[in-house]
Amino acid sequence: MVSIRSSFITAMLLIVLLPGGLAQAVDPEVKQAEQQRIEVMARAANTVVAVFGAEGGGGGSGVVITPNGYALTNFHVVKGAGTFMKCGMADGVLYDAVIVGIDPTGDVTMIKLLGRDDFPAAPLGDSDTLRQGDPVFAMGNPFLLATDFHPTATFGIVSGVHRYQYPSGTILEYTDCIQTDASINPGNSGGPLFNAQGEVVGINGRISLDKRGRVNVGAGYAISINQIKHFMDHLRSGRIVDHATLGAVVSTNQDGAVLVSNLLQDSPVYRRGLRLDDDIVSFAGRPIRSVNQFKNILGIFPKGWKLPLAFRREVDGNIETHEIVVRLEALHSASEFTPDRPQRRPPGPPRPKQDGEDQPAEGEGEKTPAELAKYYQKRHGFVNYYFNELERDRALRGLVELGDYSGIHGRWIVTGKTETAQDFRIVFADSGMGLLLGENAYLQPLGTDVATIDEPPGSGGLLAALNHFRRLLTMGAAVFSEFFYVGSMPLDGVGERVDIIQAELDASHSLWYFNKQSGELAGFDFWIHDDTDPCEVRFTGLRESRGRFLPARWTVKHADNIFAVFNVEEFELTEDDQAADKEPGL
Amino acid sequence: MTYRIRCCAAAALLCILAPPATAQEVMSPIETVQARIVKIFGAGGMGGLHSYSTGFIFSPDGYIATVWSHVLDPDVVTVVLNNGRKLDGRVIGAEPQLHLAILKVDATDLPYFDLDEAATAGTGQRVLAFGNMYKVATGDEPVSVLQGVIAAKTRLRARRGAFEVPFEGPVYVVDSITNNPGMGGGVLTTPDGRLLAMIGKELRNAETNTWINYAIPIDEMADVAMQIKTGEFRRRDDPEERKATPQNYLAVDFGIVLIPDVLNRTPAYIDSVIAGSAAEELGLRPDDLLLFVNGELVQSCKELQAALGRLEEGDLFQLVVRRGDNLVSIELEAPDKDER
Repeated sequence: MVSIRSSFITAMLLIVLLPGGLAQAVDPEVKQAEQQRIEVMARAANTVVAVFGAEGGGGGSGVVITPNGYALTNFHVVKGAGTFMKCGMADGVLYDAVIVGIDPTGDVTMIKLLGRDDFPAAPLGDSDTLRQGDPVFAMGNPFLLATDFHPTATFGIVSGVHRYQYPSGTILEYTDCIQTDASINPGNSGGPLFNAQGEVVGINGRISLDKRGRVNVGAGYAISINQIKHFMDHLRSGRIVDHATLGAVVSTNQDGAVLVSNLLQDSPVYRRGLRLDDDIVSFAGRPIRSVNQFKNILGIFPKGWKLPLAFRREVDGNIETHEIVVRLEALHSASEFTPDRPQRRPPGPPRPKQDGEDQPAEGEGEKTPAELAKYYQKRHGFVNYYFNELERDRALRGLVELGDYSGIHGRWIVTGKTETAQDFRIVFADSGMGLLLGENAYLQPLGTDVATIDEPPGSGGLLAALNHFRRLLTMGAAVFSEFFYVGSMPLDGVGERVDIIQAELDASHSLWYFNKQSGELAGFDFWIHDDTDPCEVRFTGLRESRGRFLPARWTVKHADNIFAVFNVEEFELTEDDQAADKEPGL
Repeated sequence: MTYRIRCCAAAALLCILAPPATAQEVMSPIETVQARIVKIFGAGGMGGLHSYSTGFIFSPDGYIATVWSHVLDPDVVTVVLNNGRKLDGRVIGAEPQLHLAILKVDATDLPYFDLDEAATAGTGQRVLAFGNMYKVATGDEPVSVLQGVIAAKTRLRARRGAFEVPFEGPVYVVDSITNNPGMGGGVLTTPDGRLLAMIGKELRNAETNTWINYAIPIDEMADVAMQIKTGEFRRRDDPEERKATPQNYLAVDFGIVLIPDVLNRTPAYIDSVIAGSAAEELGLRPDDLLLFVNGELVQSCKELQAALGRLEEGDLFQLVVRRGDNLVSIELEAPDKDER
């Protein structure tokens, strides 16, 4: 009996110790997978940052994504932290960081760590390839545990993809996000969610809370990295970036179809032909079967992007299918982000209880050391104008390729044939713009009290648009009331990615598109005023005249029609010649 | 010869017609499980009571098992299939002692779990948990999936508010946080998608007052579910009368003689091995302690007997025994009953 009893106790002990005690050899593949995971995590850990306010207050997480220190975190982590922050990394060093751009709706902020150009940077993955059950791990600074800044790792699986999380009383909205059971807790906010290869697939920012207080209960949410990729250049612009609205509200009917239930008549999508009760089939190339899916897609794109939209309509018993490309409008007005009274903080309605948001850093005094001060430039309407100038000058290099136009203020004459074999002659002058197209002549006078008109009619204001072009070439930024870098987008929804520069003059404005790869000027859009379709000019090829270049082929579109395609054969530029007649005489 | 050539041609044709299967085309275990899960929307939505829960289809003609709760109070609840189809669900029966309710929806040819093929698992088994927690999934969006391991298979001592709950059967306790709004009625499966258990209600441990993540093994409820479906179910007042555990095999069927079962939990030591038996052939010896059957911990002679009793003819199964300071693993086959 004694022997049984002692054996019994040993047996019980063994059971407790069992995982280590199993005599069977571990499959080498398992050991290899384990070793691989350890290596992936070790590499990933080097890219993770603990984010604090300038005085060390607050506390959240982030991840460095470029060797020169650009890093992503949550908007709610740095909200109120001011311009400069302190960021601790796994090497134990506390780096200075400066704010770059914010996305209050998407809860993303870009910051830049300073002092190195060889930061360990995390590669970005493709979050659309994630499937339920895929292994993922979160890294960050939960409960501010790591005093040496080495991040905490928590492991789990993808619990859901394309999740929609309601704004619940704030403008902060999680659309198309990743749900995971990897433990995400207060302090993890802003930190990366990695896939098994150690690529960033999301930024952790929100958790479901219920009855246990502010701790993880198995449901955390990460902003998908694919959404952030859409906004990446926008965030680098040093601005407050905005999400989009279609100008239409959809709802599900009895049969589960997603129908347009409300529509603004002054919205671009109305002008493209969408009407009440139309059945939305697909949006941005993804099929739409629920209102959540529609909101998911709308939520991941910046305002101003153009997206394909397919819808069905029943006409006299027949089903018509329409495919349009629609430009997204701003979700918020500028004043919602930048209130006139400076003491009111940017968008900060009370935060919902069920949000797993971290405490923002205390509003700390801005005591900027001199060596950091150069990384911040204050300007109304911008988060940090320093970065806008940086990106603007980078994007504008495409203009330099066209040659030096400064001082070429005389008359310009551009001649050639249109695609329909009509002769054309365009005359640029300071006093006005003229076009001779076949037998017809068109004129847009310029001057302080002259109205901008749709001339030639149906072009969306081509002549006024070309005046913006001339001013941009000859005088650059200085001549416009506003002139800034916006971000990037695929040209016309389907083309190559282009950098966007916005220029404003009086009531009109224009957007300038530069191919991100080649730097080449791909075209521009011009609005006589905001509530109309723009004049869209797309450029290809170059023509030379005495060391200066102009685009060779100008495709002009307005609304749903191509107005004309101009093939430039010759152009003649006159320098600022006082004697020359500045009238745009044709 | 012609025949052979034709044969080859046919084979070649087959190759062309059947493109290589990719990950997209083959349903993963998770997708297979998701197809059998439904979201349930009913009463609640105030006072901390949630108006949604989960269920799983166990018969192709629309029978759904779920957890018995306030969500089912209305005459008709909304059942949303994994493909987004919305159906009316009616409660056709319930066994509160098992926390089990059966719903019927008007549909045919639904993907379903065969309750007879449900698996059992031991402590340490990796599991997946599926459920409509926090209502994050709507329409055709698949419900949340959590990973975890079975931390214990034990008796439930739980309460809801001030009330002790009636269910006293064994439950799986898991380390993933399944105790969340809407998760009740969801399922626990093995990583390869075999049904293990139904996730229970939001209950607290009666002793420590902590929330417990538990699930009721399918084999505890399968018979009742089928009886409710066929209309044969009568509530039993005495839980002892529940169907006795199967006794398909005894230890001696393999040539193992255990020490006398004199304690509540007598450790399963081998007293002797019958000469010429499978046990002798595989080298089992007296004083070996039987620890695991098929990965499931057996803590007593009774548990060993229960585990062997569930075996079917031809089953291959694994035994782990402790001998001195070593663990030895052997594999056995359940013999044909006539040959015993």
